[in-house]
Amino acid sequence: MSHEPLLTVDNISKSFGGVAALSAVSLDIYRGDILGIIGPNGSGKTTLVNTITGFVKADQGRVVFKGQDITNWKPHKIADVGLTRTFQVMRPYFSLPAYKNLIIPLFSPRARRTGGWRGGGKTGSRDTVAVDILEEIGFERDSYVPYKVASSLPTGYLKRLELARCLSLRPELVICDEVFSGLSMSEMASMVPLMEKLQMEGITLIMVEHRLRELFRIANRLVVLNFGCKIAEGTSEDVMEHKEVKEAYFGSEEVFGYV
Amino acid sequence: MVSEKKDRRKERLDRGIKVRTDGVYAVSSWLEMSYLLAPRLIFILGLLALPVLLYHLPYWQRVLSIICIYALLAIGFDFLANYVGLVSLGGGFYIGVGAYIAALLNTKLGLPPFVTIPAATFLGAAICTLLFLPCLPLRGVYFAIVSLMFPLLAARVIEAFDIFGGTDGILGVDGFGAAWMEQYLLLISVLVVVFVLRRLVDEDVGLVFRGVKDNDQAVKASGINITTYKALGVCIASALGCLGGACLAHSYMWAGISQFALDFSIIPIAATVVGGGGTLIGPVLGCLILVPISELLRDFGTLRIAVYAIILTGFIVFKSEGIMVYATRKYEQLERWVQI
Amino acid sequence: MDIVIYGIVNSVTLALMALGFTLVYGVCRLPNFAHGSLYVLTGYITWILMNRVGLNYPLSMLGALVITGLIGAAMYQFILVRVRGMAISEIIASYAIGLAILEGLRWGGLKGGTFTLPPFIEGSVDLLGVSVDFQRLIVVAIGLALMALLWLFVTGTKLGLALKGMAQDERAAMTLGIDSDRMAVVSMAMGSVLAGIAALVLLPLGNIVVEAGYNVLIMAVAVCIVGGLGSWTGAILAAFVIGFAQILTIVLVGAHFQVVVALVAIIVTLILRPSGLFGQQKELEERV
Repeated sequence: MSHEPLLTVDNISKSFGGVAALSAVSLDIYRGDILGIIGPNGSGKTTLVNTITGFVKADQGRVVFKGQDITNWKPHKIADVGLTRTFQVMRPYFSLPAYKNLIIPLFSPRARRTGGWRGGGKTGSRDTVAVDILEEIGFERDSYVPYKVASSLPTGYLKRLELARCLSLRPELVICDEVFSGLSMSEMASMVPLMEKLQMEGITLIMVEHRLRELFRIANRLVVLNFGCKIAEGTSEDVMEHKEVKEAYFGSEEVFGYV
Repeated sequence: MVSEKKDRRKERLDRGIKVRTDGVYAVSSWLEMSYLLAPRLIFILGLLALPVLLYHLPYWQRVLSIICIYALLAIGFDFLANYVGLVSLGGGFYIGVGAYIAALLNTKLGLPPFVTIPAATFLGAAICTLLFLPCLPLRGVYFAIVSLMFPLLAARVIEAFDIFGGTDGILGVDGFGAAWMEQYLLLISVLVVVFVLRRLVDEDVGLVFRGVKDNDQAVKASGINITTYKALGVCIASALGCLGGACLAHSYMWAGISQFALDFSIIPIAATVVGGGGTLIGPVLGCLILVPISELLRDFGTLRIAVYAIILTGFIVFKSEGIMVYATRKYEQLERWVQI
Repeated sequence: MDIVIYGIVNSVTLALMALGFTLVYGVCRLPNFAHGSLYVLTGYITWILMNRVGLNYPLSMLGALVITGLIGAAMYQFILVRVRGMAISEIIASYAIGLAILEGLRWGGLKGGTFTLPPFIEGSVDLLGVSVDFQRLIVVAIGLALMALLWLFVTGTKLGLALKGMAQDERAAMTLGIDSDRMAVVSMAMGSVLAGIAALVLLPLGNIVVEAGYNVLIMAVAVCIVGGLGSWTGAILAAFVIGFAQILTIVLVGAHFQVVVALVAIIVTLILRPSGLFGQQKELEERV
């Protein structure tokens, strides 16, 4: 692991009208980490993701990625330098089959630079690359699944499709916004190894999650947000012993004692 | 209390023959091949045969040209609205731009129609895209407003400055050599455009357009600049309109303000809604129906436009799907009542 | 000096035209492309009431305003409410209705002869060395009075506050018990009436022609875009900016450049500051 952080979030603040969604949040993430961002509902996790990836303009603060100041860049430019994200509310292109969902990202300049094929725009090669990526992500290649219309796929597959969309850009950092939510136990069981596999391929991950048990198994650092402020940071043991974190989730320390 | 009538519901199933013709199995028997080919052949051959059928009716030959010009506009509207997500309320603008460019190239530079028409198409598309560029990064409603205003403003600017012939327009534009040349040019253009666009929206770049319409957040997050693709979409649609306008100028041998008129704005929209939006053939069908009616009602002046506007509102409000969509559904699926 | 006076008159004129449009857009997020047609319709109905039905002027004006308000409300209640939320259909529907009314009038009502409405007070007056029609003074007076009344209405009355709430955040307003559909009907009725008032005050300065409907729509849209869609302060400010710009253009450059001013204003705004002068509407897609 290098000593320079891959991504630095420096004192980001954002208010919507009178509500302070984020107040001076700072964090670092190093290449190869899996950073978990947790916090109760409404703590600003998704706003943080939106601000980092350019969907929302920060009022104050900086975001630095690979040494470049990407604060307030447009979303597609940020994706172009290798920082991608998934969406909590999944909206694949419902009317298109799964693999065609992936052809769209393959049109981006970054995919053309980093993809395994030399641009040129021949659909044949894009189709193949799309199906390859789907196979990497866990769609069974020889079955009908990659060709099914996205609206008919169950949640587990759709989450993977979201990730596949990010992967088609060969990113360096992927921010996963609640990829574990809505999955059944069996779907979870195959999702966690997938995350580890991505880490082993050299992709750094930030995971915004509610399902803590699975997250604690793979994340090596955590950041806890509450009401837009960072209240704790560290490994999972450090964080869960933290007084404020317990109060944020359970209301008061005494309750935790009964759990 | 649930009504007692609701003890059955409608169920839709794909017809057997439709399922059998999906994919590569289509070539397994003559019946299946004809199921797929018949509608397409009827459409193509029917259109191509029209000039021959109308050989002795010159008035209706002219109407056929007009139908094709409107069809080009309507296809452009359908493409922009249902595949890119932009509502173009002022089709007249493309027609006017194309017509004026063709007329100017012809009268001032003496270029013949088979040069001015392609030139007007590409030049016109470039100009229109440039003019719409400021509003493309913004929400869709801005594009609608600007597209509404451009034809109205263009007409007023030409009138006020008395340029490009002012209210009289540009006269003395060359016509086509023979009537049939004009018609087949237009018909073949329409057919080619329909074929190309239908292929486009299912593969390749067309997918990106659909992505922009369905879910622009995801497209942005995939590293694609939406404005570029919206501009491309506008370019295609305006090219179609300018092509129509250029042909119109040579057909009437004249270019004038009335070519920015509302006819060209409302009929494409009405044709798309009536014929079936999202199919790219529906608009052509809609034009085949609406334009002759419009010509027959010419005596009623602008009442036509009012009537079309009312029909359009009715269709939109009652969420009618349009002829093509309805017909496709009937052709491909069967419905039956099922006991609950 | 005449620049100032004419500038003020022109600006208030533009503001009057834009108020109805900006109200409807602010509350319902609906661009009312039928705005211009309601303008002409009011004038036409007044004329009919005066010359065919035989009512006197003030009564005709009142009747026309009521009828136009009802038409606007009906437009929402029966047509637009069914396409609420589908942006493409909303735009097409309101455009189609506006077109239907205007072209219907062109064919059926306003043909054969000129239609005029008499000015309220004939004659002109000398104001600081500039000769101004009384009618134009009335335009300014009524325009300013209307703006003041609307401000009071929106900040003072319950209904006004409800409309303001809806303009800011529809969902939040709904959770507070404000019925968004009823508010939309009210706002469309009010928008139509505002268009009507503008018509009644401005039409006596010329003839009632269908072209006026399109002109009003163009100017209202221009003012609203420059001022920021949905913002009243913005619209009024923009009206003054464009109003004075037009007068200056006429004086300095030439009368026929007037048309270009609106076009240039729109394009410049969209390029430099798309949300307009006081825009609160997010001009870019910011749903996440």
